[in-house]
Amino acid sequence: MTLLRLANVEANYGAVRALRGISISVAEGAIVCLLGANGAGKSTTLKAISGVVRPSAGTIEFDGKLLNGMSPTHIVGLGVAQVPEGRKIFKDLTVIENLQMGAYVRKDARGIAADLDFVFHLFPRLKERTRQLGGTLSGGEQQMLAIGRGLMAKPRLLLLDEPSLGLAPILIADIFNALRQINKEHGTTLLIVEQNAHVALKNANFGYVLQVGQVAVEGSAEELRRRKEVVESYLGSSEQTPARAAS
Amino acid sequence: MHRKTKKVGTASPGRRVLLGQQIISGLASGSLYALTAVAVVVVFRNTRTINLAQGDFAMVGAFLAMVLIKDMHLNYYLALAAVVVACILLGILTERIVMRPIADSDWLTLFTATLGVYYILHGVAGWVWGRDTKAFPVTFDPTPINFAGTIVSQGHLINMGWAIAIGLVLYVFFKYTKQGIAMRAVTDDPDTAQLMGIPVRFIVLLTWGMAGFLAAFAGVLLSPIVYVSPEMMDQVLIKGYVAAVFGGLYSIQGAIIGALMIGVAENLAGGYLGAHYKTATAFAMIVLLLTFRPQGLFGIQKRREI
Repeated sequence: MTLLRLANVEANYGAVRALRGISISVAEGAIVCLLGANGAGKSTTLKAISGVVRPSAGTIEFDGKLLNGMSPTHIVGLGVAQVPEGRKIFKDLTVIENLQMGAYVRKDARGIAADLDFVFHLFPRLKERTRQLGGTLSGGEQQMLAIGRGLMAKPRLLLLDEPSLGLAPILIADIFNALRQINKEHGTTLLIVEQNAHVALKNANFGYVLQVGQVAVEGSAEELRRRKEVVESYLGSSEQTPARAAS
Repeated sequence: MHRKTKKVGTASPGRRVLLGQQIISGLASGSLYALTAVAVVVVFRNTRTINLAQGDFAMVGAFLAMVLIKDMHLNYYLALAAVVVACILLGILTERIVMRPIADSDWLTLFTATLGVYYILHGVAGWVWGRDTKAFPVTFDPTPINFAGTIVSQGHLINMGWAIAIGLVLYVFFKYTKQGIAMRAVTDDPDTAQLMGIPVRFIVLLTWGMAGFLAAFAGVLLSPIVYVSPEMMDQVLIKGYVAAVFGGLYSIQGAIIGALMIGVAENLAGGYLGAHYKTATAFAMIVLLLTFRPQGLFGIQKRREI
């Protein structure tokens, strides 16, 4: 069953036409990755899904509901959470307060407590640091906290923007292990934006490669791993400098 | 308006001034300045602008309290409760009518808008209640009380008690309630807060409501000391603003400490140098602070994070 479907979505990010008719679909329970060079429109796609960037054309449907024009609060409430690029931890809030803010839209105290337990089970290091300020955590811990905060919204679809960014390879492996565990144990569907195509395709079921705001290549992760050269030809090159600012 | 701020209760017989007494009554005035300083910080943190109308929210509250107590013979506490509600509404209306439509503008536009609210409230208050200074129906209680070895007037103790109680309410709100934590999250990073589903506009509205809440107490508690007039809060606003800058504009604790320091410093200056040095002291302090520590006493943490 398709959980998320974008059809011909166009959007501007600042003065840049960042999305030029993107169409992707994400099946329930899948791990899907969005690849592409800087400025290909990956982050803007996630921002459009979360409702912080308004699409100028096309439709975004989640679980059969049209997300276009809905407030971010409403979209999180429907079960679409995001782990933003650069983690964006609330630095002056403690670990536990950051997690509470992830659950802002929820009112089910018991469910929130259960999800908190799951986050601590997933990332025991966060449990040791509940009273510590978010800004004092290491990069890896901040990424764990960012993912945990996203999970606290009890999402059916979790959007992750560059979860591997700036992390050591061993930490990247840890983070992706945790993501697979979330997918398996909670059935959470994942849509992951990555520059690290190798790691992303190793962990995903399906992938899209974006170029200048459009889908250039799509296929199962296995297929894309086989067509490595094709995929790589779209990555890394920064010829599309005009759209760079839109990443 | 060169009304001398009357310091009832500390005017000890003769010219002898007791240091401890001066300090305590300074802390008492400082704790009332803190109400304005904290409101300036709370609004600044979530809107990036200084609310010049903060003092006038309090001034309108003071006039309302006067009408309710004097003309409608309402009990003091009931009147205070009504003024709290009215000032919260005033803060909320300011946000909805004036600030929200221009929320995406730069800070100077927002700042100028609050200046507009300042003049409107001054004008309306003068038009409705008159421009002259009026006595507040509830007077400051100068009964001397022995407090830790120094003589303090009961009025000062009551004011400090209120300020401490309000401080505790704010502490609990920011530390333990969902909306309070969300308010801090919006201060920290409004874009990410929105992405988490926190309704940022609503949180900003709450911020203005809190500014009104604090103004209600500032107005009612200061009225017996400075009396009631459209200009009654002008100097207090400046002192509150100076205290907020002292604390680095982001820190509530810093603003409170700044307000207490200003209260004590101006009281000592008033006691030892003469009453007309009181206000100048606050300005001398801010000039010194901005020269040697432009980020404020507690601003360093914020700078490191950026």
